[in-house]
Amino acid sequence: MKKKKNPFIAFFSSVKLTLFVLFMLAFFSIIGTVIPQNKPAEFYIETYGNSMANIFQALDIPDMYSSWWFSALMILLSINMVVCIMERFPNAWRLITMDNLQTKLSRLEKMGQRRVFSSLSPPGETAVKLGDILKKKGWPTTEQRLDDSVLLFAQKGRWSRLGVYIFHLSILIVFVGAMVGSFWGYKAGVRIPETTSIDTVYRFGDNKAIKLDFKVLCKHFKLTYYENGAPREFRSELAIIKDGKEVAAKSIVVNDPLTYGGLTFYQSSYEPYGKMLVRISNNNTGNSKEFLIRPGEEIPWPQEGISFGIINKKSTAAPGHFDYKIWFKDKKSDPATFWMEEDSTKSFERPEAKYTITMKEFFATGLQVTKDPGVWLVYAGCISMILSLIVAFFMSHRRIWIHVRKAEKGSHILISGLSNKNRVGFADSFASLAEKIKKEF
Amino acid sequence: MNSSQLLGISTLGFLLASVLYIGALIFRARIAGVIASGVTLLTFIILTGGIGLRWYESYQLGFGHAPLSNMYESLVFFSWSIVIFYLILELKFKNRILGAFAVPFAFIGMAYASFAKGINQEIVPLIPALQSNWLIAHVITCFIGYAAFAVASGLGVMYLIKSSSQGNRTGLIASLPKLRIIDDIIHKTIIFGFLWLSAGIITGAIWANSAWGTYWSWDPKETWSLITWFVYAATLHARFTRGWTGKRIAWLAILGFISVIFTYFGVNFLLAGLHSYGSS
Ligand code: HEM
Repeated sequence: MKKKKNPFIAFFSSVKLTLFVLFMLAFFSIIGTVIPQNKPAEFYIETYGNSMANIFQALDIPDMYSSWWFSALMILLSINMVVCIMERFPNAWRLITMDNLQTKLSRLEKMGQRRVFSSLSPPGETAVKLGDILKKKGWPTTEQRLDDSVLLFAQKGRWSRLGVYIFHLSILIVFVGAMVGSFWGYKAGVRIPETTSIDTVYRFGDNKAIKLDFKVLCKHFKLTYYENGAPREFRSELAIIKDGKEVAAKSIVVNDPLTYGGLTFYQSSYEPYGKMLVRISNNNTGNSKEFLIRPGEEIPWPQEGISFGIINKKSTAAPGHFDYKIWFKDKKSDPATFWMEEDSTKSFERPEAKYTITMKEFFATGLQVTKDPGVWLVYAGCISMILSLIVAFFMSHRRIWIHVRKAEKGSHILISGLSNKNRVGFADSFASLAEKIKKEF
Repeated sequence: MNSSQLLGISTLGFLLASVLYIGALIFRARIAGVIASGVTLLTFIILTGGIGLRWYESYQLGFGHAPLSNMYESLVFFSWSIVIFYLILELKFKNRILGAFAVPFAFIGMAYASFAKGINQEIVPLIPALQSNWLIAHVITCFIGYAAFAVASGLGVMYLIKSSSQGNRTGLIASLPKLRIIDDIIHKTIIFGFLWLSAGIITGAIWANSAWGTYWSWDPKETWSLITWFVYAATLHARFTRGWTGKRIAWLAILGFISVIFTYFGVNFLLAGLHSYGSS
């Protein structure tokens, strides 16, 4: 007997609604791929004209994936899913946990897979033998002895019935993760000139300054090229400084970010300044100082009584990589000139002292900063989605009953089987089982 | 021998195999079917060698990467996936007629990769954003899914041809498998493809998150792969819960593949987005 459903539940649990919402989502998503998203208002006016642009703005088309109506469709899908799961789950749970030995004998005679055999031994003995055969074939049985008959039951894969529920639940988990991310997370950007550190990042969209409770230091940035001139790698050596101490460090590249304190720092861009970063140390006095200089400039370091400059550059075998000619003068002797490779260190002896010089092109690294506390829910949901989909698609709940009852001579055997999916495959394994039993009797 | 020669031979091999399969279907020539299978298998081996050699050559050029990084390479891998998927299907269902509806896709993929304007066949080094193992996982999973969907749509066409001339018991139509069987293979193929497409969307999201810090940005390519996913999810629901079979599922298999094609080409050529690297 079917109970009359609450119309609310009937509406939200219907798969017709699911099909409708899926096709609507597909349809509306297309609009967002045809009409460029998140452009400035003038773009829409120029491209589509004033009146169309007004209609677009009214309908949130320029940012449709975060519009109220797109969200509403997603929420409708989620409610649909939740109600659907709640509606159907109790029945699935009953099928997983029920005592199949209580199955009505009349049902066994109507099942899709059925065979009948006879045995010369009495039911009790026959049942023991059948139980052994099934066990050998991987179907351990439970049994119930009735007055003059025995019912054996074996099943496989009953938990696979959960697969489809876990799958739909996983989709919801992904949604929840995405929501957590959009409420409590943010995306921001920051530029860090080499050898300096920052403690504030700027949120995308409104450029709001967000203060971090630690500092991010860019120790070094390096850009390398392929022979054809295309960029090969952007690499920033980053360190996290907390209370004056370095607590984490990582060399990041585009596909390998640094995560610290719930924030992730991605290599996203860089900025050249057309300047060189030069560090000079006087090994005798131990003094050391950093300079930013443009090629052609003469820079004095009065405390040490020296001055220096970069007077020439030439390409090397490595694409995009140059050697620089340094001009160096101290108090006593004539100026010296020598070549040195970009991003290298060189020590040299002067009558006055020994110096070490390090030189590289000066960059700022551009980082994207993401805080997304929901991403682990999203990933967990994704993994569970794939696993449960495999279960839902490729595993089935298979059940076998054997009823042995007393016949005139010996006993009468009825084997019946059911599978909730992959009926063809089950028919095969059922047939091979029946074949085996036939041989034994 | 270099990889582009092997890939060229493979294109011709798939052309020959397609002709043979279609010939076997039209003229009901068993022998042609057997030869077609042989040619397909041999060409598949050559293609595999060609892909492997291209991989090796990229290392010789000094920037080795898996040959899955641009439109050309992904088309070649698409054809490869269609053929291996089809060969397994042929083995499993012991039916060569399916070949006439599957192998031509592999030929079209190879021919398009080789002759279409604007597809660069050179082995080029990877820009930083593409240097990721997730990208490799993403391309492989997506294209195995796409290959299954291509075959499903071929079978959908087969189903519609057969069912529109049910009374006809002679010739071409009669040699097609029973409708019930085609329907069953379409369904299984879509299930297989759906699983891989799901994995493809997920690995793509993980890649985007590791490169740009956003696992989903509604860029046109992502959105279209989601649209495709919705179409197949709807198809599965229609079948599982509303009992749709036959013609309606065959049409949906074709519709789904149109969506795949658009995700793959349409987005690159008609819309702009993060994935525009694919158009070079
Ligand atoms: C993005 C949304 C959805 C996706 C991708 C999806 C996917 C799937 C898939 C792949 C299956 C087949 C699993 C199997 O039985 O082997 C399935 C089955 C099913 N789905 Fe969904 N689904 C979605 C939403 C929903 C919603 C909103 C409902 C609520 C009505 C729903 C109800 C069902 C039901 C009742 C089944 C059949 C379960 C069975 O075989 O017993 N689905 N879904």
